[in-house]
Amino acid sequence: MTVVNFTPAAALTGGVLIGVAAVWLLLVNGKIAGISGIFNGVLMPVKGDLAWRAAFVIGLLVAGAVYQSAIGGLVAPRAGVSFGLVALAGLLVGWGTRLGSGCTSGHGVCGLGRLSVRSLAAVLTFLLTGMVTVFVVRHTLGGVL
Amino acid sequence: MILLLCAFVGGLLFGLGLWISGMSDPQKVLNFLDVYGTWDPSLLFVLGGAVAVTSVSFRLILRRKQALLNTPFGLSAKTAVDRSLIFGAGLFGIGWGLAGYCPGPGLTSLTTLSTEPLVFVAAMSVGALLQRFTQNLRESSCG
Repeated sequence: MTVVNFTPAAALTGGVLIGVAAVWLLLVNGKIAGISGIFNGVLMPVKGDLAWRAAFVIGLLVAGAVYQSAIGGLVAPRAGVSFGLVALAGLLVGWGTRLGSGCTSGHGVCGLGRLSVRSLAAVLTFLLTGMVTVFVVRHTLGGVL
Repeated sequence: MILLLCAFVGGLLFGLGLWISGMSDPQKVLNFLDVYGTWDPSLLFVLGGAVAVTSVSFRLILRRKQALLNTPFGLSAKTAVDRSLIFGAGLFGIGWGLAGYCPGPGLTSLTTLSTEPLVFVAAMSVGALLQRFTQNLRESSCG
């Protein structure tokens, strides 16, 4: 194991900001900042429960533009894998987060914050399968994908 | 209207946190998951920082009867660690490990107009819709 690109200060600062955002949404709006759940409610809206979700997602989108202009340049995210693999990843993330009622934000940031055992089980599960997947792709298939 | 503005601010802060923390960089996420190879422990600090804030504050907030804007708290009442939870979280983790995107980073990266997040979010939407479709099928066939 080699430790690379370790940026604890930025990570902690951003992490605290994510926490503050989740606190804000719960304190002010009474909602849990679970992004997969919020997004699914935009994708498959229920009457009377769409507008705040759309507003939150628009905030997320605008954040990207604000950050880009603040640092004065474009940072295009790149996983560096084929589009087919990105599409497969998206399918699994969409399916899995709906079936498992949450993602990194809902179960991780908010669920762990509520000391939910259910969320802890979810977090440990997706960390484990995520690590196993990266191991398989990077160290056994060796970039075949 | 104020409700929508506040939800917008919540999304904005959350998104900025994703960018500042490095969580929006799929390479960083993949390296975090690569404990065997090139490990980047940064995301532990992202989650740690976020949960430090939520764990202290959520407890205080939930002592209130309702949120500041007089809306009731919308919390999940589920507590069971069941098969759907574990299976769903497991599949999500595989997808996360394949490309390094989870829903938040995928969405906030759409404004970069690069193709990868666009493909990811489109596929993620299809995945969620398919999950609902099959769940409806199963529920209707079980009466």
